[in-house]
Order: sequence, then structure tokens, then C-alpha cells
Amino acid sequence: MYAFAIFLPLIGCLLAGLFGRPLGDRGAQLVTCGAMLAAAAIAAIAFYEVALGGAPRDIKLFTWIDSGALEANWALRFDTLSATMVAMITLVSSMIHIYSIGYMEGDPSVPRFMSYLSLFTFAMLMLVTADNLVQLFFGWEGVGLTSYLLIGFRYERSAANAAALKAFLVNRVGDLGFMLGICGVFYAVGSVEYDTIFSAVPSLAGREIAFLGMRLDLLTTLCLLLFIGAMGKSAQLGLHTWLPDAMEGPTPVSALIHAATMVTAGVFMVVRLSPLFEAAPAALDFVTLVGAATAFFAATVGLVQTDIKRVIAYSTCSQLGYMFFACGIGAYPAAMFHLITHAFFKALLFLCAGAVIHGVHHEQDLNRMGGLAARMPVTAALMWIGSLSLAGMPMFAGYYSKDLILESAFAANTPVATIAFWLGLAGVLMTAFYSWRLLALAFHGQTRAKHDVYHHAHDAPAVMIAPLFVLAVGAVIGGWALHGLFVGEGMDKFWGDSVALAKAGEIFEAAHLLPGWVPAAPVLLALGGIVLALVLYLSRPDIPAAVAQRAGGLYRFLLNKWYFDELYDMIFVQPALALGRGLWKGGDEAVINAAGPDGVAAATLGLAMRASRLQTGRLYHYAFAMLAALVAALTYFLLSGE
Amino acid sequence: MVGFPLLSLTIFLPLIGALFVLAVRGDDEEIARNARFGALWTSLATFALSLLVWTRFDASSAEFQFVERIEWLPAFRIAYVLGVDGISMPFVLLITLLTPICVLASWTAITVRVKEYMIAFLILETLMLGAFCALDFVLFYIFFEGVLIPMFLIIGIWGGPRRVYSAYKFFFYTLAGSVLLLVALLVLYDETGTTSVIELASHPVSLSLQRWLWLAFFASFAVKLPMWPVHTWLPDAHVEAPTAGSVILAGVLLKLGGYGFLRFSLPILPAASAEFAPLIFALSVIAIIYTSLVALVQEDMKKLIAYSSVAHMGFVTIGIFSGSQQGVQGAVFQMLAHGIVSAALFLCVGVLYDRMHSRSIATYGGLVKRMPNYAVVLMVFSMAAVGLPGTAGFVGEFLVLVGAFQANTWVAALAASGVVLGAAYMLWLYWRVIFGQMTKRTLAAITDLDAREAAVFAPLVLLTLWMGIYPRTFLHVSEVAVAQMLQRLAPLKAALLTGL
Repeated sequence: MYAFAIFLPLIGCLLAGLFGRPLGDRGAQLVTCGAMLAAAAIAAIAFYEVALGGAPRDIKLFTWIDSGALEANWALRFDTLSATMVAMITLVSSMIHIYSIGYMEGDPSVPRFMSYLSLFTFAMLMLVTADNLVQLFFGWEGVGLTSYLLIGFRYERSAANAAALKAFLVNRVGDLGFMLGICGVFYAVGSVEYDTIFSAVPSLAGREIAFLGMRLDLLTTLCLLLFIGAMGKSAQLGLHTWLPDAMEGPTPVSALIHAATMVTAGVFMVVRLSPLFEAAPAALDFVTLVGAATAFFAATVGLVQTDIKRVIAYSTCSQLGYMFFACGIGAYPAAMFHLITHAFFKALLFLCAGAVIHGVHHEQDLNRMGGLAARMPVTAALMWIGSLSLAGMPMFAGYYSKDLILESAFAANTPVATIAFWLGLAGVLMTAFYSWRLLALAFHGQTRAKHDVYHHAHDAPAVMIAPLFVLAVGAVIGGWALHGLFVGEGMDKFWGDSVALAKAGEIFEAAHLLPGWVPAAPVLLALGGIVLALVLYLSRPDIPAAVAQRAGGLYRFLLNKWYFDELYDMIFVQPALALGRGLWKGGDEAVINAAGPDGVAAATLGLAMRASRLQTGRLYHYAFAMLAALVAALTYFLLSGE
Repeated sequence: MVGFPLLSLTIFLPLIGALFVLAVRGDDEEIARNARFGALWTSLATFALSLLVWTRFDASSAEFQFVERIEWLPAFRIAYVLGVDGISMPFVLLITLLTPICVLASWTAITVRVKEYMIAFLILETLMLGAFCALDFVLFYIFFEGVLIPMFLIIGIWGGPRRVYSAYKFFFYTLAGSVLLLVALLVLYDETGTTSVIELASHPVSLSLQRWLWLAFFASFAVKLPMWPVHTWLPDAHVEAPTAGSVILAGVLLKLGGYGFLRFSLPILPAASAEFAPLIFALSVIAIIYTSLVALVQEDMKKLIAYSSVAHMGFVTIGIFSGSQQGVQGAVFQMLAHGIVSAALFLCVGVLYDRMHSRSIATYGGLVKRMPNYAVVLMVFSMAAVGLPGTAGFVGEFLVLVGAFQANTWVAALAASGVVLGAAYMLWLYWRVIFGQMTKRTLAAITDLDAREAAVFAPLVLLTLWMGIYPRTFLHVSEVAVAQMLQRLAPLKAALLTGL
């Protein structure tokens, strides 16, 4: 029966996609939402039985790729890790399906939109329920495709098309690493199935591999290659450039794909493969550093963005960094915990932003908002809840998970983890600051919106608000309700052997005995950030302007996102195009064709012309030639005769 | 073995059909209609026959099946021998599937000399089938070379404005390679006294001779495939060829090169193959990166897809010479997948060309508005070309990479960069043609796929997904044959794994 949780979204997608016209908008919405809700219900049962009841189940569908020793099956694996993910994905996805009914009202291609959303959900579910790396890769690329389609949903807009293409290509760069990682795992283990790989880990420790002419540690190399894939999908520093641009997609897409689910696939992958990563400490250090750097970097950029969705996008990037450094220090359950709470509060934030955008005639610039709390009080209240959770205020969900990550980083007490702790702490301050900057600019103070826009602003209809309440419940009580299971005493029993727990147990143990300032610091810093943002943007708006003026260089550096896009354009995009043109005109046409076929043809033709020119038709020419030849022949014979 | 000559019947049925079409009389209209239907029914019957062969094919055996043997030139020990094994079986199906599709695709596009056109296609089918089923080197050579003639005519007569240049370039390029193959064939015969493919495989040849023969084989197959740097005939040939000509060219003719390596170079010249594998790897990797970059900046849709074919064939050669089960099976699968997908992409370009008479990307834009079904079809094939899992394009590419990684990580890493570049040129093409605003007034009346076109694409879409979701159907066919071939080549594998 669990298979229905996975395949119902696919059925919904096919119905809405193939029969969109006869079904009509309403029909397509009903079919997809119905299928999603049913899937969510089944997923809840699966979570109850598998995760809480401790009864994992493997469903093998049929053989997919089979060549020699390589065998990859289509399979659905329900263990605690995947059942948790399936439950979260189907729940958030069904809320977003319902929200989309209101958000996409009046759009000319509603069935197409609903169909894509369901297809995405199906691919994501295939990703998390895989029992081998190749099916994981199938889901991985499937969510990439649907992300591409949904970012470019408004295909008339060239910005949307560019963003979609960029997202696909940057992800492909990551996939290159991922694919090589899979090849490497097969080379080392002779299998792509999780269980076989994990049981082979002890025998691989200490082995070397000849990779690109270097002799490297086998496990470290494999984990790093796989992690490059995770960096692409989860928008980590270096491969993050696509995520902010992906905000071109309609807001429900941003909430579902670019906040709650797809971008967390990288984190999921590392947790899923935790028995492998656990044996490669050097790779884990790299994971920690990349995560911490991203958490810091993205937060700095988030400070100055003026597009409401981009602020939240950088926030997502930054929060994913926290999850990765939790993985890097071995606190996988903490990473999963933050993944789940983040899914709730970040989806909530995005959908609230969508409600704001919906309410003010598709305005996304924070500089043209302000004072909206009076016009849309429910949205404002919900967004405050989401932000409190994101900032990690006590009692809210984000508090439980983020504090634990920071405490773990401190308790792990390695140089790398300590760097992560301090960068993470700085990130907390900035997170609170940009969140309340957003709230202040959007909802409070004097309005900067046009008069009629402001007066027409209103809370969204019930079909959009209701899902927000469900997510808000998760954003408030999610941490309190789940922390006992995920990271508490019963952790071993809950996760079973789906996640590597050895190191996490030690770290959480040590985290109980930290000096008092460590757990208090994030909360105090967050409070400081909140107060600072409120003061600066409500009482003294002249100060931020003056700071931007005075520190113009730094401000522009942050505003332009550290110039990553410009850099990549300069070193990858333009050279590739120039090289392509050069090879085509210079290589194919000027060299190969000229030396090859055209050259040979020209030479043959030239020879023939010259030969034909000999035939002048004049008798004395021929006679002279014969005579000359006769003389030459005679001379030759006479000379050689001697 | 004596029995019902099922294979011969399959091979020569199109030729018989061609004779019937030749006999068609009447006014122009009548001739054209009868020629079209005659070709369609003949090619469909051939397809049905090949399916019959497939159902009776035993995939668990590595031996040649349906073997027919008729003494032909007994004095020279040259015989008419046919047979299929797990490597050639799928190609037979590919040919018989694509031919009726070509006939359908030419239904309205070809209006002059329809009879001759259909005859050329039917003869072409016979020759292609013969090349993949021949088990005698001389017989193979005759079919292999014979294929050039109808193809030359198809490009030269029914092609675009620069058709004559392209047709000659195609002809002489491939002929130049083939002449060396003929010389090698003569030397080999002189050395071993046989031309039987099966006997040759078990006949040892000295290493120094192997090297020369290998290079001669290589000259011919590399041009056919084509490999860098002898690929420049392909873009020209594709651009000028009529749509169906491109379909057969990309779908089947290129595969003759890969098949040649598999059937002749590897089994007959194993030691030289091992020695020259690094050369193949180097050229293939260059092909993948070089032609992908060139594809990126093309302004002509057909040229873009033609260049992408060279890149995809780069994966094939890497796989064949990787010496591993995954690599070789991946190469075979990649050839089949490319046969379907690139054929479909050329058909997609043909759909637009039939309407607007332009292959230039700049002519189009925003087509999704007027042609939603076309947009979906093109998306499926673009994704397959990009190698998205769940489509035919992924399985071959992935298996080749797995195989390449075992042989040499540099090759795997550089070849894998093709997946990034491939996505770049394919999706950028898609964006410029399908998405964006429909600003060009000339496009305002463009129509979506009609029923005939839908009938052409439906089987290809289904097959693309089938091959992506349940590739076992096709992998299973080649599994044992490839395994046995590799077993004989164990030294090759050993040399590859230790030498690099």
C-alpha cells in the first residue's frame, strides 16, 4: 500500500497533464490535490508504522539497469529516514497544492502547473525511497527537470528562461561529480546498492585509488565526488548561484522546491550515505567547512537584498549550510531535525511572501511596501511566526534544531567544527537581522506603496490562508514535538540503522555539559539582531542609508552577491562560447576541411586544370614536347650506358 | 544449417518491394500515391518479420542464430553467410522500425520523383540489414559500401541547395576510408585464407600485422562513425539531406562504424585494439568536448544536432574500447538510443522545416503558444539527448561512464563533462525555439502536429521512455553475446587495466 504514497502524485500528474483540457482548471486542481492528500494520508500511516513502530519495509518493483555485476532496481525503501522524508514531502506538497489553487487563480495554464507540481513530488519521493545510488540519481535528475520546468513556467519572460537554464546547468556541474562518484563506488564495491556499499565500508578504509593521475584515499575521493552533487542541488557556496535566480518561478514553486524539499536533497543524500561518509573524516571536514562558509556567506548577502523572495532565498541557502555542517561534524540526526523544522517554517515564509505579493499586485520590491500589517494582519502574524521560528526564538521549532546544531559544533571541539560554530553564530545574528528587516520593510512603518495598491491590499483568500495555518502549527510545535524522537533519548530506537549514529551520540552527550553561555548565545544574538533591525528600519531609517553610503564598496559587494555571477560568466560562459566559435570556424572549417576534403578536392582540381592546360591543341607544342622528351631519354640512356 | 531462410527474407523483402514500386504505372499522382503506399506496406511487413525474428531469438545464447550459408565463391572460400547475435539483433529492429517512419516522414515533404525516392529507401533498407547480418567479411564489405550509393542519391537528388557538394563530400570521405578497409580485407584473406567472421575471430594474427590492419579498419569505421577529426562531412550531409535522409544517416549509418569496431576490430585484432585503445579514448574525449562546444554556437538546428551526434558517438567508442561489460553494453545501448533519439530530433526539425522552410534557430521562438504538443514531444527528446534518467539517453551514457571509470578516470571525468555541455546546447536550443514570446509575424499561423506526424512520433516517444524505464528488454539481448566476446578478449581487458 505504501507504493500508493509514491505513485498517486504521478497519477495526478498524468491526469492533469494529459487531460488538462477536458478536465478544466477545477478538475485538474481536484485531481492533483486529491491525489496528494491521499498520498499524504498513506505517508502518515507509513510514518506511524515504519518510523514509530520500527517496522522498515522494502518494496522491490522491478529490475532497472542490469549489466554484468551492475544491478540497479526500481525499489521503494521505507525505513525511518525515508518514511520521515516521505511524510514531510507529501504533507508540505499537499499544502502547497492547495495554496496554488488560490495563487494561480486566473492563470491560463493551471493544469500544466498542477501537473508539474505533482510530477516534482513524485520525483522527490522516488529520490528519497531509493535503495541504490542510481535510483537516487533518477529522482535527483527528475526534480532537476521539474525545477527547470517550473522556474521557466512563465516562458514568455526571458529572465525566467535564463534562470531555468542556469538552474539546470549549475546542477549539472554538480551531477558530473555525482555521476563520477557513482562510477567510483561501483569500481570500488562492485555494487550500487546501499546495503552492499555500507557493508563494504570497513574493507575500503585505508585503500587508495588512482584518480586523475593522483593516488588518493579511496573513501575520501568517493565522498567528495558525491558531495559535489549535493553542493549543486543544495546550492552550497560555489554552486549556489542558481538558487536566487530560481525565484523567477511562481511562489508556490519557491516554497515547495526551493525551500522545503528539493534543495534539501543534498543534505538527505549525505545523511542517507552517512555510513559511508562516517568513514571518510577528511571529506566530512570539507562538508563542515563548505556548510559553514555557505551559512555565513548567504546570510551576508541576505542583509542587503530588496526583493522579498530573494531575501528568503538567501536565507534558505544559509540554513542549508547549517544542515551541512551538522552532517560534517557527524550530528546527522540534528541535520535531519533542522531539515524538517526548516521545511515547515521556510515553506510558511515563502507562502506568506506569496500572499503579500498576491495582495499588492505582484510587487516584490521591499522598498515599495511598508505598513502592510494593517491591510493584511493574518499574513503579517503568520510571517512573524515563521520568522521567530527561523531566528530560533525559544519554544519555536527553529530554536530546538538550530541551537542543537550550534551546540554540537561547539561540543565536537575540533578545529573545523569550532570555525563552523563561530561562523554559524555570526549567521544567527544576521538571520535575525535580515528577517526583521524584511518584516519591518514589508509590514510596519509608513507605507511606500502606491496609494491605490496599498488600499487594495488584502489578506489572501481562505484557500491560501488555510495551508499557512497547517505549516504554522509545524513551525511552532514541530521542534518541541519531534526533538525527543529525533535527537533525544529514544534516538537510537527511532532511527534504527537508517542513519549512522555513533558519533552523534557522543556529541549530543557532550552537548549536555557545555558552559552556560553556549546555548544562550544564539538566543541573545538573535534577540540583538531583531532589536537592531527594528530600530534601524523603523525608528532610524536614515542610519542604514548612511551606512550603505559610507561603506559603499562593501555594500555593493554584498548587493552584487560577491560578484559570483560576473566571475562565472567571465571564466566559464564567455570562454565556452568563444571556444565553440573558434573551434567551428577555425578548427572544422579552416583546418580540418581545408586540409582534408576541400583541400584534396582543390588540389585534385588544380592538377586536372594544369593537365588540361597542357592540351593546347597546337601541333608545334606537341612536337616540341616530343622532341624534348626524346632528347631527355637519349641523354639518359647514353649516360647510364657508360 | 538449413531451414526457412527467415533472415534472408527479412533482408530482401524491401528489395522485392522496391521492384514492385518500380513497376508502378499511371499518371504522376497515381504513381506517387502507389509508391508511397507500396513503400509503407513493404517496410511495415519487414518490421513485422523482424519482430518475428526477435521473438524467436534466444538471448541466452551467445552463438549466431538464424545462420544461413550458401557457397558463393567456393574456390576462394567466400560464402554467403548470414546470422544474428545479441549485438546485431537490436540493430536489425532499429533499421526496420526507422524505415517505415522515414517513409511516413517523407509522405508530403517529397513531391518530385517520389517513386525513385521510395525505391532508394527500400534498397537502402536491404543494404543496411545485410551489413548488420553478414557473417562473411566480403559480403559485409559489399553491403557496407553499397549503402553509400542510395544515400548518395538521396542527398544529391532530394537534398537542399548545396546538396551536390555535400553528397560528394559524404561519398568521397567515406570511400577514402573504405578503400583502406578493402586493402586490409585482402591482406587478411591472404594471411588467413578465410573471410568468415567466425573463423577470423579464432585465427591468430601477428601483432605487427594487427597494427596495420587495425589502422586500416580504423580509417574506415572512424569516418563512418564519425570520430574527430574526420567528422566534418556529417554536418554538411545532414544539413543538405532531406529529413528522412538525416534520420537514416543519424539513426543507422553512423552505427555501422561502431558495429564495425565491435564485430571486426575487437574480435579479429584484439591485441592491436588494446594497444590503440588510448588513441580511441583521446579522440573520443576530444570529440565530446570539441563538438559539444561547436554545437553550442550553431545557428542551424540540423547542424547543431549533427554536431551533438558526433559527441554522442564519442561515448560509443569509449564504451567499446573500455573492455568492460558495462562499457560495451553501454556502447551498444547508446547506439540504439541515439538511433531513436537523434532520428526523432531530426524529425522534429523536419516538422518545422516543412512549415517554415527554414532550419535557422533565429526563425523561431515562442512556438509553445501555437504548438503545445510539439513542445512536449521536443522536450521528451531533448531530455533524452541530455541523458536524463528515465529516458533512453541515460542508460547508455551511464554504463559507458561506469565502464570508462574502470579503464581510466581521466577518460570518465572528461567524458562526463559532456553531460554539462550537452544540457547547455540542447536546452538553449529549446529555449530559443520553443520558449520566449512569439514576436515573429511569420509564425502566427503555424500549426501543431497533425495526425500523420503524431503517428510518427508516438512510437518514438514510447520507445524512448521504455528504453529509459525498462532497458532490460534491450540490455538482456546483448548481455551474453557481449560477455562471451569479452571473455575471449580477456588479455585486452588485462592490458587495459594494467597499462593505464
